[in-house]
Amino acid sequence: MLFVMLCGIGINAVDCWPLRCAKTLIKICNREEGPMDLSYGPEYEDFRSEVRTFIEKNKEKAPAPGMGMQHPGQREQEWQRLLIENGYTCRTIPREYGGYGAEPDILKTVIIQEEFTRANVNSGLSGQGIAMLVPTLLERGTEEQKKKFIEPTITGEIYWCQGYSEPGSGSDLASLRTNAYVEDGNFVINGQKIWTSSAHFADWCFILVRTEPDAPKHEGISYILMDMQTPGIEVRPLVTMTGAAEFNETFLTDVRVPVENVVGERGEGWKVANTTLKHERGMLGDPSQAMGRVESIVRILESETMDGKRLMDNPHYRDRLVAAQAKVHALKYHSMRLLTCTLKNEDPGVSRLIVKYFGTTLSRELSDIALDALGEIGSLYSGSKHLRSHGSWQWRNMFDLGLIIGGGTSQIQKNIISERGLGMPREPKVAEGK
Amino acid sequence: MEFGLSEDQRLLEDSVRRFTGDLLPLERIRELAAEKTGFSEEIWQGLVDLAAPGVIIPEEYGGAEFKMLDAMIIQEALGRTCAPVPYTGTAIMAPVALLSGGTDEQKEEWLPQIAAGDCKVGVGVTENINIREGKGITVSGGKASGDALFVIDGGPADLYILAAGKDNMVIVPRDAAGVSVEPLTTIDYTRMTCEVTLDNVEADLLGGEGGAGDAITQTIMAGRLALAADLLGAADVMIEKAVEYALERKQFDRVIGSYQAVKHMCAEMVTELDPYRSLVWYAAHAFDEVPEEAHVSTLLAKAGISEAGRFVARTATEVHGGMGFTDLMGLHYWYKRVNVDRQLLGGAEVLREEAAVAQGWIKAA
Ligand SMILES: Cc1cc2nc3c(=O)[nH]c(=O)nc-3n(C[C@H](O)[C@H](O)[C@H](O)COP(=O)(O)OP(=O)(O)OC[C@H]3O[C@@H](n4cnc5c(N)ncnc54)[C@H](O)[C@@H]3O)c2cc1C
Repeated sequence: MLFVMLCGIGINAVDCWPLRCAKTLIKICNREEGPMDLSYGPEYEDFRSEVRTFIEKNKEKAPAPGMGMQHPGQREQEWQRLLIENGYTCRTIPREYGGYGAEPDILKTVIIQEEFTRANVNSGLSGQGIAMLVPTLLERGTEEQKKKFIEPTITGEIYWCQGYSEPGSGSDLASLRTNAYVEDGNFVINGQKIWTSSAHFADWCFILVRTEPDAPKHEGISYILMDMQTPGIEVRPLVTMTGAAEFNETFLTDVRVPVENVVGERGEGWKVANTTLKHERGMLGDPSQAMGRVESIVRILESETMDGKRLMDNPHYRDRLVAAQAKVHALKYHSMRLLTCTLKNEDPGVSRLIVKYFGTTLSRELSDIALDALGEIGSLYSGSKHLRSHGSWQWRNMFDLGLIIGGGTSQIQKNIISERGLGMPREPKVAEGK
Repeated sequence: MEFGLSEDQRLLEDSVRRFTGDLLPLERIRELAAEKTGFSEEIWQGLVDLAAPGVIIPEEYGGAEFKMLDAMIIQEALGRTCAPVPYTGTAIMAPVALLSGGTDEQKEEWLPQIAAGDCKVGVGVTENINIREGKGITVSGGKASGDALFVIDGGPADLYILAAGKDNMVIVPRDAAGVSVEPLTTIDYTRMTCEVTLDNVEADLLGGEGGAGDAITQTIMAGRLALAADLLGAADVMIEKAVEYALERKQFDRVIGSYQAVKHMCAEMVTELDPYRSLVWYAAHAFDEVPEEAHVSTLLAKAGISEAGRFVARTATEVHGGMGFTDLMGLHYWYKRVNVDRQLLGGAEVLREEAAVAQGWIKAA
């Protein structure tokens, strides 16, 4: 109140600053409305106990947590259905498309996340279909597309892969060359995709294809839904540095896809894809994962010994852990700040744009510490009785690098932060119009 | 749930920033810094008129009875303009010491004077963090003797509150017999820390003999919070200045801000610093509302922002090229503010070690 008045009078020069009034006015300020309210309030706490009760009652039915690198099986699908019925996943997806149909309430979403993480119980299916395609279809799909694809996607019957990157087009995605012409009501697709995660078991693929060869770079692309069983698709697994085949090369030779499988208009694919990319970036800034890692590293430093002494008593490892912990705490409250902005419909500007770069770099810093603390044992990967956590720290450490690169590399993030966040000049577009 | 500044707090932020911004253009900062007193009567009087010295002091003692978060909003604004005022010692640390440890008489004697702006306070707690050169103050038979190093805002102070061992704090007027004050001129001329030497000084003990243990802990915590908030303000301005300069300065027929190397330096600065704004807010909130988390949050906030701040101070200077290194540009005032905030009341390593102890990971040394 006080400062509304001060500002209302307009303070430009010091002379007009109504300083004398300030003291009295300062007291008129309504200090009742708490600035920081970190509690969720009674309505939400009731909701929280409902979630807890549900988890307690049903957790035996849940498959082990963690995102499987395989097609959801019967057990996963049944658990997913139960979660949807109760509104604990796919909460805001309309009922007519198989969702729970609740009004968006980000706090309830956060509470659900918190409770499932706390109980270490599987919180339902994830993956590019649910996280990226479904929101895109809801925004840009036709009624038939929504009816046909959303329900089987969220229940895990249809598993999707994302066919964006090509050997010649990664960061510069819009330069992609996989093309399609139309014949007898079909797109006929030719070309090659790469880094297609899960393509070796996915049922469908949302793919970007150049359909308007004469249009400018960004206006010649279409966003197409392609059945992976269509003749002409060849998937060759690409073994990654982790030793697993998490992604693939996907070769496309005269693949025929009905024209009604385009999402949005022909040539609008870049815009449609950006709806999806928006959801991908949002996916990557989760502080609870980083908090969990700090706890795991604390356990390592407390339980492992070196020269008979607890690792925690070694100041080098300890200092690095606390340094990283400071960043994790900063990220935690930063996320709450962003969440508040979302609730209030405010644009946090550059503060949101830094999350992918900050978060993925921090994850890697944490897995570095875990490995270093484990020393030579940390270099073990499999098949040894000395192995810790099934070698998962090495796996995570490598995969963290994958996340730093995938979904827009750190350098691309820095371009975005400086250009969109700080208003600095855009990169020169040498290849424009090609 | 709501995590952010309230409407009132944003207006407070806006008003204080405008006030200090109007009064402290670069030329004025330069003039005041040249005086090396860490004090500007004009700015201080402005803050007094705004009731800032009493920001966290309860109404019954003539204060505004605001929260620590409000006090930090003001501190950040002071950091943004390198304001030469003894706000940290007077408005944050001294009231916290008196409120958490003082007797009723001591509160009644000093808090109203502080709130009214009539008493500037220098606070010395350095020896309770780490002892260097064997310094420290001891009390015996009602008399205090010894040296306190790096007394915050000691330069312009009228009164000192100094820790003396683990459980005592002495309250001594500057003009009491046996008190001598020697300025410790750091790189930052906009504030003045001091070495205060007591020679058999009649000592009023905060909360009576052995009654200040908790007050010392709270005072150190409040001081660290304030330094973190000050650093946040100063470093944030350095990023703004770097971006602004990068959009003006041309080399090779292009603004340097169009070079990716420069853009990425700016992106890295904002990525490193910005998340700490939220942690500083949280730690300040916790000071009043979540006491069990306040200590660790404050340690992590100051340790983390000290690292981010050093990186920003260096990188923003580099973005300015040779100009950044000159006195002409004045960027160095913010650089120095950041780097002194970093050193005072425990550097990053000290704070991290304390955080490990506070979380029960190791025993205190
Ligand atoms: C684990 C993982 C999973 C993936 N899953 C999928 C998937 O399912 N589907 C899919 O389509 N793709 C997927 N990708 C591909 C991913 O999106 C690309 O790898 C990423 O966009 C980078 O493209 P690129 O590999 O061609 O690298 P490039 O674009 O060739 O980049 C190489 C280097 O050049 C830098 N660089 C490029 N352009 C610029 C610029 N303008 N400014 C500064 N530096 C620049 C990059 O930062 C990088 O350091 C996945 C990648 C990984 C690592």
